[in-house]
Amino acid sequence: MKNTRTLRTPGGLSVRLDVRAFTVVVLLLAAALAASVVLIGTGDFPIPAGDVLRTLLGGGNPGQEFIVTELRLPRVLVGLLVGASLGLGGALFQSISRNPLGSPDVLGLGQGSTAGALVVIVLFSGSATQVALGALAGGLATGLAIHLLAWKRGVHGYRLVLVGIGVCAVATAVDGYLLTKADLVDAARAVVWMTGSLNGRDWDQVWPLLALCAVLVPLVLGQGRGLRMTEMGDDVAYALGVRVERVRLLLMVSAVLLTAGATAAAGPVGFVALTAPQLARRLTRSPGPNLVASMAMGATLLIVADWASQRVFGADQLPVGVVTGVLGGLYLLWLLVTERRAGRI
Amino acid sequence: MLVDSPPEPRAETAPAPPTRRAIRAVGLLLSLVILALVALASIALGAKGLSPQQVWHGLFHDSGTYADVVVGDRVSRTVLGLLAGAALGLSGAVLQALTRNPLADPGLLGINAGASAAVVTALTYFGVTSLSGYVWFAFLGAAAVGALVWFLGGSRGATPVRLALAGTAISAALYGYLQAVMVMDDAALGTMRFWTVGSLASATDATIRQVLPFLLAGTALALGLARPLNAMVMGDDTARALGTNLHRTRALSMAAATVLCGAATAACGPIVFVGLMVPHVVRSFTGPDLRWILPYAAVLAPVLLLGSDILGRLVARPAELQVGIVTAVIGGPVFIFLVRRRRTAQL
Repeated sequence: MKNTRTLRTPGGLSVRLDVRAFTVVVLLLAAALAASVVLIGTGDFPIPAGDVLRTLLGGGNPGQEFIVTELRLPRVLVGLLVGASLGLGGALFQSISRNPLGSPDVLGLGQGSTAGALVVIVLFSGSATQVALGALAGGLATGLAIHLLAWKRGVHGYRLVLVGIGVCAVATAVDGYLLTKADLVDAARAVVWMTGSLNGRDWDQVWPLLALCAVLVPLVLGQGRGLRMTEMGDDVAYALGVRVERVRLLLMVSAVLLTAGATAAAGPVGFVALTAPQLARRLTRSPGPNLVASMAMGATLLIVADWASQRVFGADQLPVGVVTGVLGGLYLLWLLVTERRAGRI
Repeated sequence: MLVDSPPEPRAETAPAPPTRRAIRAVGLLLSLVILALVALASIALGAKGLSPQQVWHGLFHDSGTYADVVVGDRVSRTVLGLLAGAALGLSGAVLQALTRNPLADPGLLGINAGASAAVVTALTYFGVTSLSGYVWFAFLGAAAVGALVWFLGGSRGATPVRLALAGTAISAALYGYLQAVMVMDDAALGTMRFWTVGSLASATDATIRQVLPFLLAGTALALGLARPLNAMVMGDDTARALGTNLHRTRALSMAAATVLCGAATAACGPIVFVGLMVPHVVRSFTGPDLRWILPYAAVLAPVLLLGSDILGRLVARPAELQVGIVTAVIGGPVFIFLVRRRRTAQL
């Protein structure tokens, strides 16, 4: 490959580096950080970017410090973590199912989490923490159900997607039923949750998600090589020494955990998991699951979408999930038109 | 779902021998009898059970007693169930043949999303609050999205994959809009949360009269398409060789499916899985000939829809479970069973 360089250390270690992919990741991270700074400065009490940076480094005045560290920084951190988790989870699912539509949105993990959260909201009128736990339980149960139902001497990619669609429809029906049973106040709360929102997220959401990412991200990246082999087909991967089912199970569990954790923190924010890996792949132009680039892309997308929803519609008017949903749809349409012009579908 | 699966292997290409045709005709009559029984059950069963005499009295000697009113109410709902069920079954069968995808259903082409988005627009921006008022919006929304999917899918050059992708993309964008409105407008949320699950409970004679012409026209069109669609199922090249006009068949099929599903959705809200499931069940005993699949689907789909409706009324007495929820809860497992049973090579 012409775009790769090999870095060697004096001790004999070497690492192969895809220059373009590396540049893309660096640029995406820079964009995510820049957008975060702008987002922290956005709101009813605007703060210039310079002041935001100074406050983050510990040099702001007390008023700004309170707004930045207590109110807006946790929200942005939740956004970054949720975006990264969804991007990574989506990349894993799309790679495992070998289908660009095999994202958690389509498989019904979001709807499963929603069902869990709605049970807590509608039947128990639970607190925000209980709702998050309900969502987590719902997402994990849905992931388990999909895996068990799709299992038939191994998980075949296409069957996984289709079983996911079936499970998704049942979960959607449960959501609809719970929504009709709720009174209007609970229903309004539930709909905001179902759309996916970063409003009012604080440090309580940051730490669990950060812990989850700290454990799962290194684990997943460590298995990335095996995943890349399985994309060539199970037989080839076996021949190359990959224990296909074990890698797949491990990565699926990780993907379900990442998605369920992100959903518990911010609600089922639509289409980040679907679009981030696709966009990342188009930017890096490299084969394979593009795990790191998808993570960076997911984080950037979510932060930019949150900023857009606040700028365009006014603070806290419209949840971020609406923006990602509409953007996701438009992205799919654009994809359709360009792919058609290129004669690929 | 979005992969152009190979056409199902055809066991026989010669016309069916007379005995088999007779068996199929008898089967169709039998299905009609079952449908009639289910329709009667739909009138008799519910939160208040009625005796056969009461049903008879309500149907033919309506004198305004309590039981007669109940019967009148349930007749509207049963008629709507019959019409909507037939429409959903037919549109599902047509779409599965058109996209050559055994897992296609009307929701896939964005028709449900179009109808939902139009209804929420009517509620929020045009102040329409009566069901008979937003039936038109739902229908127009479904038709507009159907046409849009057709053009984005490449109109004359439409292929199954493109149609499905265009449907998914438009659904995504429209559901984003739907949620935005529901988040900002409590009144819209109050109505939409009941409309989007799909129910026969709000059936009135006015609604039925509004959608009836569309349903009849769509049914006639769909049944007339059986022969060209039969050729299409075997692949574009074969169909062209057999003298089928591909563009016209695709456009007409799309129109028939949109009109049928759009009208049904306008009257009852989005009901999933009826259009997906019934053609599969039918195909298992008629074989791949659409000249039989279509009529059978039109008769058996209402059996499923009314059966689900009765079930929903019985399990949650004295309240009721909306029919859309019951069909999804029954349909999901059936769908998964179908997916599992199918050999992976065929998928």
